[in-house]
Amino acid sequence: MNFFLNGSWYAELTFPQEQGNSRRGKTDAEDRCGTSASGFDRNSVNPDFQDNDNMGLLSDPNRRQALINLLTRLNAPICFVCYFAGVAWFMGLAFEPFTLRTYMSENAMGSTMVEERFPAGERALATGREFAAHKKRVGGMPVDWLVKTMQARGLEVFTQSFSRTLPFPDENTERYVVKGTNVYGILRAPRAPRTEALVLSAPCSPGDNNNQAVGLLLGLAHYFRNQVYWAKDIIFLVNEHDLIGMQAWLEGYHHTNVTGMDWSPLQGRGGSIQAALSLELSSDVITSLDIVLEGLNGQLPNLDLANLFYAFCQKIGVLCTIQGKLQRNDWDSVSGYNHAVQTMMLMVMKQASGRAWGDHGLFLRYHIEAATVKGVNSFRHYKTDATTIGRLLEGMYRKLNNLLERLHQSYFFYLLPSLSHFVSIGYYMPAFGLLVVILLLRALDLWVQLSAQPSRTEDGMSATEQSSPGVLSVLTPLVISHLTGAALYMLPVRFQEVAVEHFPVSETEAVVLTAIAVYTAGLALPHNTHRLLSGEGTETGWRVLKLVALLYLAVLLGCTALINFSLGFILALSLVPAAAFVTPHVPKALSAFFLVTLSPACTLLFSVFFFQELQEMPVSFQDGWLLYLSVIAQGILDHYLYGSLVFPLVALLVYPCWLLFWNILFWK
Amino acid sequence: MKTLTLFSLFALYFFTDSVNIENSAGQFFNSGHTNNWAVLVCTSRFWFNYRHVANTLSVYRSVKRLGIPDSHIVLMLADDMACNHRNPKPATVFSHKNMELNVYGDDVEVDYRGYEVTVENFLRVLTGRLPPSTPRSKRLLSDDRSNILIYLTGHGGNGFLKFQDSEEISNVELADAFEQMWQKRRYNELLFIIDTCQGASMYERFYSPNIMALASSQVGEDSLSHQPDLAIGVHLMDRYTFYLLEFLEDIHPSSKSNMNDLFKVCPRSQCVSTPGHRTDLFLRNPGSVLITDFFGSVRKVEITTDVLNLTHPIQQAEESPVNGKPHREVYSYVDQLPVSEIIHQKPKQKDWHPPDGFILGLWTLILLVFFKTYGIKHLKHIF
Repeated sequence: MNFFLNGSWYAELTFPQEQGNSRRGKTDAEDRCGTSASGFDRNSVNPDFQDNDNMGLLSDPNRRQALINLLTRLNAPICFVCYFAGVAWFMGLAFEPFTLRTYMSENAMGSTMVEERFPAGERALATGREFAAHKKRVGGMPVDWLVKTMQARGLEVFTQSFSRTLPFPDENTERYVVKGTNVYGILRAPRAPRTEALVLSAPCSPGDNNNQAVGLLLGLAHYFRNQVYWAKDIIFLVNEHDLIGMQAWLEGYHHTNVTGMDWSPLQGRGGSIQAALSLELSSDVITSLDIVLEGLNGQLPNLDLANLFYAFCQKIGVLCTIQGKLQRNDWDSVSGYNHAVQTMMLMVMKQASGRAWGDHGLFLRYHIEAATVKGVNSFRHYKTDATTIGRLLEGMYRKLNNLLERLHQSYFFYLLPSLSHFVSIGYYMPAFGLLVVILLLRALDLWVQLSAQPSRTEDGMSATEQSSPGVLSVLTPLVISHLTGAALYMLPVRFQEVAVEHFPVSETEAVVLTAIAVYTAGLALPHNTHRLLSGEGTETGWRVLKLVALLYLAVLLGCTALINFSLGFILALSLVPAAAFVTPHVPKALSAFFLVTLSPACTLLFSVFFFQELQEMPVSFQDGWLLYLSVIAQGILDHYLYGSLVFPLVALLVYPCWLLFWNILFWK
Repeated sequence: MKTLTLFSLFALYFFTDSVNIENSAGQFFNSGHTNNWAVLVCTSRFWFNYRHVANTLSVYRSVKRLGIPDSHIVLMLADDMACNHRNPKPATVFSHKNMELNVYGDDVEVDYRGYEVTVENFLRVLTGRLPPSTPRSKRLLSDDRSNILIYLTGHGGNGFLKFQDSEEISNVELADAFEQMWQKRRYNELLFIIDTCQGASMYERFYSPNIMALASSQVGEDSLSHQPDLAIGVHLMDRYTFYLLEFLEDIHPSSKSNMNDLFKVCPRSQCVSTPGHRTDLFLRNPGSVLITDFFGSVRKVEITTDVLNLTHPIQQAEESPVNGKPHREVYSYVDQLPVSEIIHQKPKQKDWHPPDGFILGLWTLILLVFFKTYGIKHLKHIF
């Protein structure tokens, strides 16, 4: 009875509203009729006119024409404005009043309400020294000692051996044939089913690095073992050969093999991994902790993980940095703003590189939220001992232990101008959108030009006939430039032996130099393309080609920016001006110089210098060039070792797209 | 002669006495209920909602202490905090930081637990529409002489209360359920207490008679938690329930506190939210309704050695004394079991505090000595 009553009550409520709507609708229609001059009479006479009046902005031919006229006449100024607005918007992102404060979204983690009681920092450091001694004696990973020590701490211990031959020698880390062993111990949750797990890892690095991290890991394992509140298994992993070992372990854990690596299957597993931290410590006392978030292909962990780290740093009183930059409070001063821009730019550059900037980077592929925590000893007055770091990690793990679902409440797409402020995807995407809209405006301009030409002569059929030779003239450069791109992707690694035989270079140099050679050879493409073309290139021909290239670039950049904003934005920054201005009628030499400067390879070169500048480690041109060569080698290696997508993206898609514009410049 | 006068005196005494008892028999049936029931519901799952379970268990304890037996309590807990893997103190639930009282205790009878706590089950318990196979312990077997206490806690919004992260009950549904209870003569009077965000929205649609309602917060307000505990790592209670229980600790089966005292529990200064109450559906004056009418199960037992002739319909007793004659005072109830002393929930004052005014006096003394020594003219050096 009551429900019925309520129903009728609602009905009464909504009824007048509907009446109001319909009335408003009617008055709107009347208004519109009024503006189109004595509408009522015409409406009654000619029903077609009424349709016309109700049409939208674009379907009304007159208005559409006006809009198009406006866009074509003001095309260049609008493009300039968009470009500068895009850049200005991006630079504004680092300005603190425009950003949001970070906050913990995950309800299950809630606050930092935890009592950290880890006592044994000194003992952990002693264990670290013991580990160092054994490492030195064995000359690598002290597997037996680690297994024994972990077993003594009450963990289920397993090992995994792996081997990998690199496609070509890595000269930075001097690796070619890599063989190693991962050791991991599982702390089973005492009262919970084994369905979920957390990972704490520390790499066993060559030299004197990271011994303290392994010591602290073992100390935490010992302490965690005695607690009853674990609801997830905790896996303590010591991985050899940093990323390669991590890759082997993760592939073993998830029964996948994406990069053709040899590893022995894992003997023991925990549940599905919810979160992971990788620990890097190289001294007994540290001054600050740095968190590294950028993972493979520019993937980032959920922002809540960074928030958790920041919250505990605040609570325990540890200095924390991101990109090695401390938080500053003077956002309103120029230097404070510069600081924020630097921090954000570093993040953008690192993300754009698509590399895993720590061991955590590979976890992200499996949708495991992970970060690397690096201890930094920069000889400040402020010192933090191992116990404090242990307590910080304990607090973080207890909060992660409280998780009920994967971390998903907070953002996955963000930029951090500082640890306490973030820029979400909704704020940074407009900067990119403003750049890409230039491509669409140019394409619209060309489309109007193309559709205006045939309509001047004839309509319909003849227009399509005219453009049919254009199809071939568009398709040929498209195919040829993509073939060049494919060559750039395939040749360097395939032909390294041949190159080594014929030239006095090492394998790595051979790969990099072949890549550069293929890239440069692509510049000679316009001449070859024209030989293949039957007739001469027409005015319509290059316009169609440019239209296709513009739309192609817009889609390409748009897709890239969705996956990896930084890469998309940097590419857009250099490619959009090139794409916008190029025609066959501009001065050839000067434009060619500009176009080469804005090509992907030169963008990479500038990025290398810019990155060094941001890190406050400027390099001379000579060193920069060597760094540039090693970056190329690294990029190719990252692709073959871990499946990074930046090299294939640039080689197979971005470079061919740029070649199309190069073709247009030399159109005959 | 002497014995005769004595006898007549006795007779007179007995006569007047029996008249008094027959008069006060009205007061005996004053509250109009013969049995008490309680439905205590925690609607939220998950470890971080520990406090809701602790809320409900604490109310359960208080109600039980005041005499409602387990058979008359329907306890619904949506999650098992005591055995949660994350609980650093397994098999316990605490509601106070001092960790003196484990509210999970030894004799907790949870009637509906885990995924059994649903809107459907809750409404079925209220309205009595349960399948025949349901055991008696899971039923609300109340009648038209029952006073029912309904306590709800969980996460709510404007006009709804969330059950189990998957469904919610609306205030209209709840009001209709109560109307159905009224029509099925399932209660005499009903006290509804809710501790959620925007709790007042839950009782604003009630329309059935004899319902009194309290809420921890007004519409648009959040209800806040209390008692953060670092060792367990969660909040142990909600503010409103915490102060409600503090109030209930001072109640014993014979105490005369009435509902107006209950309405004063947890003012805005303590709760941060504004507790609300609604009495317009309730027929009696809240000032005359004892707390124990709902929170306890007080059997009206009074021992008399006299024969009572209850021939005429019983008059309800008035608040004021009937006549000016000095008459025998009414027997007061003895605590059957001194439970409230056995389980003393208040934190003990561990360290000694100086009495009020002592510090003030000390300061006055210091100032006096100062001015005595240096004289008043030195004041200008101070200011």
